[in-house]
Amino acid sequence: MSAVIDTHGHAHDHHGGYGGVMRWITTTNHKDIGTLYLWFSFIMFMVGGVMALAIRLELFSPGIQFFNPDLFNQFTTMHGLIMVFGAIMPAFVGFANWQIPMMIGAPDMAFARLNNWSFWLLPFAASLLVISFFTPGGAPGVGWTLYAPLTVQMGVGMDLTIFAVHLLGMSSILGSINIITTILNMRAPGMNLMRMPLFCWTWLITAYLLVAAMPVLAGAVTMSLTDRHFGTSFFNAAGGGDPVLYQHIFWFFGHPEVYIIALPAFGVVSQVIPAFSRKPLFGYASMVYATSAIAILSFIVWAHHMYTVGMPVQGQLFFMYATTLIAIPTGVKVFNWVATMWQGSLTFETPMLFAIGFLFLFTLGGFTGLVLSLVPIDIQLHDTYYVVAHFHYVMVAGALFAAFAGIYFWLPKWTGRMYDETLGKWHFWLTMIFFNITFFVQHFLGLAGMPRRIPDYPLMFESWNKVSSIGAFGFGLAQLLFLYVVLKAIRSGAKAPERPWEGADSLEWTHLPTPVPYHTFETPPVLK
Amino acid sequence: MKACKPARGIATRAAQLLAVISGWALSGLALAAEWNLRPAGSKIATEIHDLHEYVMILCTVIFVGVFSFMFWSVYAHRKSKGHKAAQFHENTTIEILWTVIPAIILVIIALPATRVVIAQKDTSNPDLTIKVTGYQWKWGYDYVKGEGEGISFISTLATPREQIENRAPKGEHYLLEVDNELVVPVGKKVRILTTAADVIHSWWMPSFGAKQDAIPGFIRDMHFRAEQTGTFRSQCVELCGKEHGFMPIVVKVVTQDEYGKWVGDKMKLIAAAADDPNKQYALDELRTRGEQVYAKNCVACHQATGKGMPPAFPPLDGAKIVLGPKDEQIRIVLNGRPKTAMAAFGGQLNDVELAALVTFTRNNWSNKTGEAIQPAEVKALRK
Ligand code: HEC
Ligand SMILES: [Cu+2]
Repeated sequence: MSAVIDTHGHAHDHHGGYGGVMRWITTTNHKDIGTLYLWFSFIMFMVGGVMALAIRLELFSPGIQFFNPDLFNQFTTMHGLIMVFGAIMPAFVGFANWQIPMMIGAPDMAFARLNNWSFWLLPFAASLLVISFFTPGGAPGVGWTLYAPLTVQMGVGMDLTIFAVHLLGMSSILGSINIITTILNMRAPGMNLMRMPLFCWTWLITAYLLVAAMPVLAGAVTMSLTDRHFGTSFFNAAGGGDPVLYQHIFWFFGHPEVYIIALPAFGVVSQVIPAFSRKPLFGYASMVYATSAIAILSFIVWAHHMYTVGMPVQGQLFFMYATTLIAIPTGVKVFNWVATMWQGSLTFETPMLFAIGFLFLFTLGGFTGLVLSLVPIDIQLHDTYYVVAHFHYVMVAGALFAAFAGIYFWLPKWTGRMYDETLGKWHFWLTMIFFNITFFVQHFLGLAGMPRRIPDYPLMFESWNKVSSIGAFGFGLAQLLFLYVVLKAIRSGAKAPERPWEGADSLEWTHLPTPVPYHTFETPPVLK
Repeated sequence: MKACKPARGIATRAAQLLAVISGWALSGLALAAEWNLRPAGSKIATEIHDLHEYVMILCTVIFVGVFSFMFWSVYAHRKSKGHKAAQFHENTTIEILWTVIPAIILVIIALPATRVVIAQKDTSNPDLTIKVTGYQWKWGYDYVKGEGEGISFISTLATPREQIENRAPKGEHYLLEVDNELVVPVGKKVRILTTAADVIHSWWMPSFGAKQDAIPGFIRDMHFRAEQTGTFRSQCVELCGKEHGFMPIVVKVVTQDEYGKWVGDKMKLIAAAADDPNKQYALDELRTRGEQVYAKNCVACHQATGKGMPPAFPPLDGAKIVLGPKDEQIRIVLNGRPKTAMAAFGGQLNDVELAALVTFTRNNWSNKTGEAIQPAEVKALRK
């Protein structure tokens, strides 16, 4: 890390008054803020990861071994919240900060100070989540979905979590407004929308999803807050409310949220695959339309998370049909990526390995999604480990693998140094193998009937749980290797060549030196 | 190239480690018995199995098809083999095809699924209707219509704490055994009404393909028709607090004759066990009875030691409320404390049980009030 700071700091001390920590607190530079987002998300990834390992440790054997059920529930809740809001989302905002201005030929983000503020809300939110463990009653043990009315029984940890969600939502909304404004107003002359790299497109659409969905989540948790403390009964039947209303509101946010996480990942992969296939992205226009279609559909499928609440049959059928429709644009994307590789001239550096890993495993997660979209099958599998397996395939093998691909891809550009290719490949293969050991078997557990969020289980589930726990620890260790590879690259990596990847052709590769200077495109690039 | 040597040393060691771990994993595979959905015990469950198989086959074929293209290009279109990149980047015909064909496949998946959904939702004309109530953390069953009408009982985890805390070997049906099973006749259409007293629970019997959330303040329904006799086991599947993993569901499917006999026995038992709320009970009698009631209803939170699990669950041993005026304590147990895990037990327990319970807590551990609370006193405080 420090190597980056130093290079940039020394080369450009003309621009700001501060050094050291104050530089990071006051920075308004999109690259600095991108870096902050990425490190923040990595730290959260570690914190959430430790909780995941605690969960897998308890589940290694039947019986209560290490954590009482209350604490176990707190771990599952916080693991989910921290990974979704603290690790995955900020990681992609980090990419957006670094990449969008460079890819569209802009000098920085549109609202530079707002950008600083969007980031610095996050550490406060994260602290609230962590502090909640140390309040009377501990962190809330209600699951990351924060379903009412269980939330009403929790201690002050619940209130801290609600405030944390408010802050996280505020941060996301501000960040999104910034991204939308930047993309719509600050493109270099000649960079019309349909010439933008796909990464910018997926982020533009994601930002709209965030602006639409985050206030809904804020509303849901605020209603829970007033139910808890101010005598309202939004979710309490005794006062005329309805607990299921909470679920409708939550999932109206929650399903778009899935694509808020997935679309930027699609964007990264759509940069990486063409670069290492040395061939333009297949079906660029259809990619843009498919992404938009997914975004629109994501607002009319929320109740497929709620097939067992007892909807009328018409409701079940509507949500089933709408959900299966998503398979069409998603399929188009997968076909386009495969067609991009077809007849290319492929090499398999670490970013490409992660992109292929993404493609393969995300599609698998997509298929289990299709299985779950069918009401009768979902009624069997809802709230079991099958669902846990499914969403880890799309969140971890989908979003996280894409984030790894992006880091390995752009690290040379950002730092001017290469990572160790051998170790990078080790990181990929270990991650790939242990991921599947951990999560593939959870499909079997779910089919056989193991409910999710239980600290102890009947004996017939023991063997798969053992396998899954072993996989989880391997997976966790492999991520320490990732940290080592990145630190090693930053400190002592070989100097990156001017064009580290011959097939990469967006503006940051073709119009900027390596490493990129602290300020870029102060005069817009000339595009043919 | 300098970095290569140590890296290779690490590489071999890591490969060995990996081999050992995958060996372990494989032996796990061999031992594990569970690969698929549980054997179906009803027509709907069979239909769900068939649908699942059908969709899995379709998915597998598509998956293998798509990825054989990908792996072919990984194999053949490599730069290292000197493959030159083509520069095509669109093809309208193929793009239309791969939008339309998936749409057709979706239709042929959705059709059979729709049929099952409609069958699953048809709860009309049941032979037997049972109301299931989710409590933190047990199930209440009320036979509301059909043979056995009027039977009502609570079904709680029967696995001893020692097994859960690893102080005793675990039994065959660890965590899947209850004190009172739900008994239903084979081949009869059973309609299940679900509701809950505190938070959302979810009642699930995988062998019958029946799952329905139990929502406080609302009644929802579903149905099943068991096709064979036997005992079927499952668990609550909606996170409902601390003991969510410990509220199993056990259904015993019996022949019509056995069912008739069970109903008769149960009715006699109910008549015999009916508590007399007008009787005056002795302190010892109440304490003994109270201990049983406490063990069933209170230990999960307040613990057998009466020490609770502060700060979430307060102790009763030495508690001001328990040692203070008795009316106040009776009211708490009757009505619960709103917005906390302390539920209202007035609806679940009768006056005698409540009187016994309160007497027990006031005369156990270090609490020694010497008072015997009579059922009449509880009755007087009911609203
Ligand atoms: C689901 C967990 C749970 C169960 C089961 C439970 N309680 Fe409680 N109980 C609580 C909680 C939580 C409180 C504290 C409520 C509050 O914050 O005021 C409480 C408070 C009490 C109090 C008041 C204690 C005080 O010092 O304020 C009494 C008395 C009590 N419970 C008796 C019982 C009895 C008797 C039973 C069995 C019929 C029982 N509880 C079952 C959770 C439970
Ligand atoms: Cu429950």
